[in-house]
Amino acid sequence: MKFIKQMTIIFTISFIAELMEFLIPLPIAASVYGLILMLIGLFTKIIPIEKVENAADFLIEIMPIMFVPSTVSIMTRFDQMKQMLVPLLVISAVSTFLVFAATGKVAQAIMKRKGAKKAGDRR
Amino acid sequence: MNEMLRESIFFGAAISLLFYQVGMYIQKKTKFSLANPLLIAVILIIGVLLVLDIDYDTYNNGAKYIQYFLTPVTVSLAVPLYRQLNYIKKYPVAVFVSITMGVFMALGSIYIMSLLFGLGHQDYVSLLPKSITTAIGMGITEQYDGIVPITIIGISITGVMGNVMAEILCKWLRITEPVAKGLAIGTSSHALGTSKALEIGEVEGAMSSLSIVVAGIITVIIVPLFVNLI
Repeated sequence: MKFIKQMTIIFTISFIAELMEFLIPLPIAASVYGLILMLIGLFTKIIPIEKVENAADFLIEIMPIMFVPSTVSIMTRFDQMKQMLVPLLVISAVSTFLVFAATGKVAQAIMKRKGAKKAGDRR
Repeated sequence: MNEMLRESIFFGAAISLLFYQVGMYIQKKTKFSLANPLLIAVILIIGVLLVLDIDYDTYNNGAKYIQYFLTPVTVSLAVPLYRQLNYIKKYPVAVFVSITMGVFMALGSIYIMSLLFGLGHQDYVSLLPKSITTAIGMGITEQYDGIVPITIIGISITGVMGNVMAEILCKWLRITEPVAKGLAIGTSSHALGTSKALEIGEVEGAMSSLSIVVAGIITVIIVPLFVNLI
């Protein structure tokens, strides 16, 4: 029963999100509208987290399996994939490193400034 | 054989679940991050389909129902983010500024390298969401008519790299602050990196898991600036 109620909330939000994708002329997927609706629901406490968390945790646990079918579809484009292999590896490696460095360095600088300010306040 | 399987609505779903479990088993036994269950499952399924001479449409006839849950699961991603609410309230500037920087760095570096490799529009668009979580990234690729499997493979490679390299990169770049470590790991390598961040520490894990969703949403907002550059 608990699961049915929780799934009802999640699927109803998914449905509203679908309508939003249909009605709003922006290049945003229904799933993202749904995510934002759920965030608003949770943060405003209109949807208490206990009312959705078990079903949400279950769906997240099985999430990677949902990517299997579309990944298997590379078998219909092997030639295209062969050409993409080197760019894909190089771009993934370099950009992962750059994103890591940029995010980490900026966050660390902000945290250090915050730390210094706090130390200053105490004085 | 193909005739019979084409009528089946459970064949594709059954082998997807089965081989994903095999992938999980191999990862558990080898404890090797490159043994990613998704990649193992995909390789095995393609192998079986090729050997038995079954075409993709026959497989997808059943497998497509698994994908039906993609929107509900993306909606569910709000839950882990909400659980990190305290951390967001505590470090709002660090969270939003650094993740936004990371997203610009991801999109900018992908743009420049796609130019260097001379990639076409469709390949370029498919790579743009490769740093974020698959559920949101796939949505972006579909919106801009990219090629979803390229996105998923890019995301998987990125995740495995982040997972394997996280600790070395922190040391090398002298990122010592736990909040900064978590943000860097989650923004650069989504859920696969986050599993490493959770091993490193509680703050690192929490910051990394909130970065997954925040980076995903910021990417959705910023990506329109980049899609038409190539």
